[in-house]
Amino acid sequence: MPLEPLLWLIPLPPLVAFFVILLFTRSHRRLSHTLAIGLLAVSWLLAMIVFAGAVRTGGLAEHPIQSSIPWFPTGSTVFSIGTLIDPLGAVTLFFVAWTLLAIFVYSVGYHNFGQPRGEHDTPGLPPHGARSMDASGHGHSVPSVEPLYSRFFAFISLFAFGMLLLVVSDNLLTLFVGWEIMGLCSYLLIGFWYGKDSAKRAAVKAFLTTRVGDVFMLLGLATLYAQTGTLSYRTLFSHEVLARLVETPSYIPGLSMAALAGLLLFMGTVGKSAQWPLHVWLPDAMEGPTPVSALIHAATMVSAGVYLIVRCFPLLTAGLVHGSSFTLSLIAFIGAFSAMFAATIALAQNDIKRVLAYSTISQLGYMVAAVGIGAYVAAAFHLLTHAFFKALLFLGSGSVIHGVEHGVFHTGDHQVDAQDMFNMGGLRRRMPITFATFLIGGLALSGFPLITAGFWSKDEILADAFGHGHLVVFITLALSALLTAFYTARQITLTFLGEPRSEAARHAHESVWTMTAPLVLLSVFAIAAGWVGIPEHFPGLGGVVPNWFHEFVGSTLGEAPEAVAFSAVPLLTSIGVALTGLGLGWLVYRRVPAGAPDPLARALGPVHTLLKNKYYFDELYDVILVRPLRWFGETFVYQWMDRGLIDGILHGIGRLAGALGSFFRRAIDLPIINGFGDLVGESTKRAGRSLRVLQTGRVQQYLLIGLVNVVVVGALLFYLSALRP
Amino acid sequence: MVPLSWYLIVAAALFCLGLYGVLARRNSVAILMGIELMLNAVNLNLVAFWRYLEPARMSGQVFAVMVFAVAAAEAAVGLALIISLYRLKRTVVADEADLLRG
Repeated sequence: MPLEPLLWLIPLPPLVAFFVILLFTRSHRRLSHTLAIGLLAVSWLLAMIVFAGAVRTGGLAEHPIQSSIPWFPTGSTVFSIGTLIDPLGAVTLFFVAWTLLAIFVYSVGYHNFGQPRGEHDTPGLPPHGARSMDASGHGHSVPSVEPLYSRFFAFISLFAFGMLLLVVSDNLLTLFVGWEIMGLCSYLLIGFWYGKDSAKRAAVKAFLTTRVGDVFMLLGLATLYAQTGTLSYRTLFSHEVLARLVETPSYIPGLSMAALAGLLLFMGTVGKSAQWPLHVWLPDAMEGPTPVSALIHAATMVSAGVYLIVRCFPLLTAGLVHGSSFTLSLIAFIGAFSAMFAATIALAQNDIKRVLAYSTISQLGYMVAAVGIGAYVAAAFHLLTHAFFKALLFLGSGSVIHGVEHGVFHTGDHQVDAQDMFNMGGLRRRMPITFATFLIGGLALSGFPLITAGFWSKDEILADAFGHGHLVVFITLALSALLTAFYTARQITLTFLGEPRSEAARHAHESVWTMTAPLVLLSVFAIAAGWVGIPEHFPGLGGVVPNWFHEFVGSTLGEAPEAVAFSAVPLLTSIGVALTGLGLGWLVYRRVPAGAPDPLARALGPVHTLLKNKYYFDELYDVILVRPLRWFGETFVYQWMDRGLIDGILHGIGRLAGALGSFFRRAIDLPIINGFGDLVGESTKRAGRSLRVLQTGRVQQYLLIGLVNVVVVGALLFYLSALRP
Repeated sequence: MVPLSWYLIVAAALFCLGLYGVLARRNSVAILMGIELMLNAVNLNLVAFWRYLEPARMSGQVFAVMVFAVAAAEAAVGLALIISLYRLKRTVVADEADLLRG
């Protein structure tokens, strides 16, 4: 079967689901989620067929699965859009399809499908729970179904469309379309509980912050299109086009067009993948429902930023001088800095989801740094494994929150924050499946040696950094790996180990199968996804399973990059930091009694406060950006410019015209025009009045007057004629 | 032969008589009669001038005949108006018919 037509079809079923749910089946919950999941499963099936076909195709990099159609004529050329699956696209398609499917199924349980409606639930707020009677007549407080259940599935279907479109597209423009659709869905879903003020603010914040990056990215696309007349990867990243771009100087002295476009595109990545300094939106995005956090803000959308720079790697490396450039150095710096920076913040967060959010920023920083040091295969590998284990962790945290919320309903103490890890503890006994899967995800995140996927991908990045001599990046990443292991151990210990620190945690219970099944599925991937990329020279295991990933994805650029020579230093480092971090975290947090402060707070002192407040970045942005912009918008533009200047000018014109009009009326219209008219009328009247006496109506008087006239005129004529000679 | 001026003097006297009648008489019928006198005075002039100045041309007589005809018509119309006035106001005094007074 030819795969090209299938490729076109992959993104479409979720779009159909979106429209059908929104237009027709909104009020019908079961039908809505059946449609969403069913149509997504069609996409998933198509994606798997394409993936299997792609893997079997020899020389996929040179002859990718692709087809294109003309979209619109632009002057003398035609803009074509099309679909393309090369090795990188195939791998991305694989993890996107799987995580989408898992999270769709999970959402059914997460939104309490099958539970009664709560009496006090309103759309736009999380459900408050409902009372239900059991057979013996006892009233129970149980979770209630989400009021906007169908809308959620409509939105995530639209999101799935956007993500799949991004993956299958063969040019930067349709990629950007998918990118923006996801941005919109991210906004809609963060603000899904729009009744909460914090969610509303977070949605706007996320939308506006990513918009900053997107505008630069669009400029990058415009630059590329203006220079080359195409946005298709195959043409754009061909040697001739790249060589031309490198030779063309840009508007900024010292930067070639290629470097400028690369920088602008990278700005898009910074926004979308929440890298410093545009990282502030991602932690706040945790206001959305947990499946959204897992789907959009961990596995797929934020990965799209990394996907973009991996995709544009030829552009970034074009015209390298001595294997390094300003763009790449900047990318490596931003990535490594974000990785370190976010990992430190994660140490001091108590909200289970916020820890994961900062961890996501940190891990994305890893990938960005990997691209920056030229290890794009390692970046793609970490992208793949991270998507699985981070989605797993988020879904696990959602399950935990759900379980603790159940305890909250049971105890009736609604003051307990179901997301605060210091209210948890001992959940391993109450929620065994969630515990086991979360443990796998956590170990993968911290790079637990040999058995987890995270170890292999993280190790590859570290090995590349070391092998290519980027020692600063290597040390930064190794340190953040240590911190990652530490906060992961902290999270697992506080949540699952020890004794329950609240009544709610004591009465938590395991989630329904629709939530646990995706956890199990993802935990399989969180382990097995690493096996495809075991380096060949790895002692003992190397070569048992061929390093398929490296060959497959590495061939995307035509020439597979050489695998770095094996070195024990990065390997020992990564094993060492993972185990040390995990061990330390467990030691510090294994006995935290209820109500006790964070042991780290005492040890770190003011530094801990700094970390807890996220280095005051929100406050900093508030002072240097948000308030000046508010002032600019409300006071300067609205009050001064709009109300004062523009309205003033308009009112001035109006008043001037009014004054001029009344002046004309008083000075010209009334005295001259009206006066003339009145004068004619009045004088005619006056003349008539004075001549009236002549009109006696008596014929004989008229005759007499006539006679007198004749006599006078006759005499006059006579006299005059007599004067004449 | 009687000189032309005698005719003219008679005609002028007759005209003045008629004019006086028109202006001074109160009775409408008398006013009408005054008008007839004035017309005939003119006729006298016309015929006299014809006879003395241009006897070869007939225009003077023709004028006179036409004045007769017009005078007859005028008398008919004038009397009809007077009857109508009498029917309306029960009077034939010209001064009392002042409906057109301004």
